[in-house]
Amino acid sequence: MSQITPRPGRIQRAPEGFLSPEQIREVSAGRRDFLRTAFASASMVVAGTSVARAADGDPAILTLPEHSTTLGRPVAERPYGAPSQFEAGLRRRESPGLTRVAGSSVSFSPLQGLFGIITPSGLHFERHHQGWHDIDPARHRLMINGLVKEARVYTMDDLMRLPSVSRIHFIECGANTGMEWGNVAVPTVQYSHGMLSCSEFTGVPLSVLLDDCGIDRKRAKFVLAEGADGSSMTRTISLDRALDDVLVAWGQNGEMLRPENGYPLRLVVPGVQGVSWVKWLRRIEVGDQPWATKDEAVHYIDLMPDGTHRQYTSIQECKSVITTPSGGQTLLDKGFHNITGLAWSGRGKVKRVDVSVDGGRNWRTARLETPVLSKALTRFNIDWVWDGSPAILQSRAIDETGYVQPTYAQLRAVRGTRSIYHNNAIQSWKLADSGDVSNVQVF
Amino acid sequence: MSRFSELLVAGCLIAAAAGASANSSFPGVGRAATPAEVKAWDIDVRPDFKGLPPGKGSVDQGIELWEAKCTACHGSFGESNEVFTPLVGGTTKEDIATGRVGAYIRQDAPQRSTLMKVPTLSTLWDYINRAMPWNAPKSLSPDEVYAVLAYLLHLGEIVPADFTLSDKNIAEVQQRMPNRNGMTTKHGMWDIKGKPDVKNVACMKNCKTQITMGSSLPDYARDAHGNLADQNRGIGAVRGQQTSEGAGGGAAAPAPHPAMELMKKSGCSGCHGIASKILGPSLRDIAKRYKDDRGAESQLIGRVKAGGSGSWGDVAMPPQAHVSDADTAALIKWILSGSPEN
Ligand code: HEC
Ligand code: HEC
Repeated sequence: MSQITPRPGRIQRAPEGFLSPEQIREVSAGRRDFLRTAFASASMVVAGTSVARAADGDPAILTLPEHSTTLGRPVAERPYGAPSQFEAGLRRRESPGLTRVAGSSVSFSPLQGLFGIITPSGLHFERHHQGWHDIDPARHRLMINGLVKEARVYTMDDLMRLPSVSRIHFIECGANTGMEWGNVAVPTVQYSHGMLSCSEFTGVPLSVLLDDCGIDRKRAKFVLAEGADGSSMTRTISLDRALDDVLVAWGQNGEMLRPENGYPLRLVVPGVQGVSWVKWLRRIEVGDQPWATKDEAVHYIDLMPDGTHRQYTSIQECKSVITTPSGGQTLLDKGFHNITGLAWSGRGKVKRVDVSVDGGRNWRTARLETPVLSKALTRFNIDWVWDGSPAILQSRAIDETGYVQPTYAQLRAVRGTRSIYHNNAIQSWKLADSGDVSNVQVF
Repeated sequence: MSRFSELLVAGCLIAAAAGASANSSFPGVGRAATPAEVKAWDIDVRPDFKGLPPGKGSVDQGIELWEAKCTACHGSFGESNEVFTPLVGGTTKEDIATGRVGAYIRQDAPQRSTLMKVPTLSTLWDYINRAMPWNAPKSLSPDEVYAVLAYLLHLGEIVPADFTLSDKNIAEVQQRMPNRNGMTTKHGMWDIKGKPDVKNVACMKNCKTQITMGSSLPDYARDAHGNLADQNRGIGAVRGQQTSEGAGGGAAAPAPHPAMELMKKSGCSGCHGIASKILGPSLRDIAKRYKDDRGAESQLIGRVKAGGSGSWGDVAMPPQAHVSDADTAALIKWILSGSPEN
């Protein structure tokens, strides 16, 4: 049977593609060597039709596939391209039972299968409070009023004439990892950390528009951003943020924003939690006091152990997570593995990421891949040879202010377990000798 | 109005405003807002009640409006957990006196209701006015907002049954909010240069002597998110774990039934889950009920078009007249066939 077994350790870059449920169970049961036989029997099937080629090597090489011997499909058959049919597993998903109605809910990005730092626009996480709309951009308007010399109105035509900038930033919901404050609750990184995405946004700096309206710099202290949807989402943004790097954006990853992400106009508030990145932006008001809107007086408030709620918590502090291997995945074999993950900080650039494979006893510094940008996701990688014994994988990010991502014990000592928001603790993934990875919290 | 005449109107406005925008460093870009435009959109109300329109509404008026416009989702007493977390509950007379919700300090609150959290009454006025009812936002008049808010406050025993809430007394009532003293802005997460409250150090070697397992995913929760094998790529260094029956390994998923898309497009999915009740019954439950009813198909087409309540409960389905006859018929056929997903 196994006469064609290639060199050990090279076995399961399986050209035969996908494992059957049966085979996955075998992998889970620790029988990684079965893949050899699986490979061999796949070859035997081919051998039946094309004369015992299996002995000579890999049938995926020896038997030319249809795509090598037939005419392929024409250009523009899919005028707006779509991912391969084999990528259907990676999509946004809801966490069952998290919310009661889909119009006020969340879908999570499949971080477990993404590369680099840019989130494909179709996989950007969603959070809507009152559903989403596909708004006619010709009828969309932005108004700026309040403490300005002149309240003004801009059409999309107006805005897109202005000098624009393009910047890469992460957006993270303040409630990302919120289900895990008290204990482990979800199986995979998609659900534990997937309210996180990163895009190149194109737009005009808000400061340019505020100047265009003649902002009263003496009295102005805050701005209110307001959406055009049913919820007319409103959030207060402090003036120093508003005049710093906030963008009024229409572009995302080279195209217009997707409707679910605010088409045709949204606010980009680098470093600040996602709820402030108001989608379908219709209005900016300049004022001298915070507004205490519903999503800053009833939600997005962090409950502390003494029973007070922190209001206007905005900045997303430094955080990281290993995306592969991560919860719900199975390593197919011992030997070499690239541990990869994401790090980010709302206060600037990521300076360093350390990785532990022994539950935080010892740490090694990972490679940061370029680009390393301020308030953007940063990809880290580190080589690892797994010897097949149980391990606990962790990553720990440090940002340019010197802040070190905390452990669960440190975070809970200050903030308790009831906060919902701003959980940036070090994530642990337990690797069993079977190769199965699961979500755990360790102390 | 056609797009063309709309452009003309907009063009006239721009011309009218052109003189006013001499300050702009971007000549020809943007224009002054008219007072009527600012009034139409500037609806926010701050904690100092700047922006609050005058008006009033009594608890009694509120009860009636609430029954008609809010009960379906929030329950008659704002207690419902069906569509959203409860609006009312968990506050006491003592909380109203102190402005601190005791349940947080005693740590005995199973859930946090809206009234247990919100410190400022302006917040509720502003939010109901801009966003509620959820399926018909911005449809309430200011007096109606005062009235439903008066009823909500009465449910929380913040105002008496004979109370009339108005722009004149709202600031006083704000001084009775149960959690008005429960907020703090003393933290480092508002200012980008703020001081972090949690501290770690980057130890590298022998940082711990012992690793204690604090928490792991309970077995019953392993498949609560579906088959993880289907949520990972079928190539690479790892596979997703098989947590329930399914194709596994990221193989091409069978195409969804076209009716699934039609459900979404027609706006039914917001209220009907295939196997779960949302505002309306689950589609599978509908199929079950009419399993042996031969006349069901035409009857249900009519019901969907006309909307109404009473078959399943008190919550009404709005008329679905925007959906074409052909689409409605196709949907009903599919629902009665058990709503197959593929
Ligand atoms: C069709 C269902 C529906 C109806 C009808 C409805 N609501 Fe709501 N309501 C919701 C949902 C869903 C939310 C949460 C929205 C979100 O997530 O931002 C909500 C939120 C609220 C909140 C904020 C609660 C919180 O803690 O954030 C208030 C107050 C409220 N509704 C009042 C009302 C009033 C008053 C009415 C009647 C005039 C009403 N609602 C009618 C569904 C509804
Ligand atoms: C705003 C929420 C809402 C929307 C949108 C909605 N429904 Fe309903 N639907 C309901 C409710 C509530 C009921 C139960 C009414 C009752 O008790 O009589 C219902 C009942 C039904 C029934 C059963 C009627 C009966 O008499 O047993 C069908 C069939 C149905 N809906 C189909 C649809 C279809 C198809 C659409 C989309 C075109 C749709 N619904 C959109 C809320 C909704």
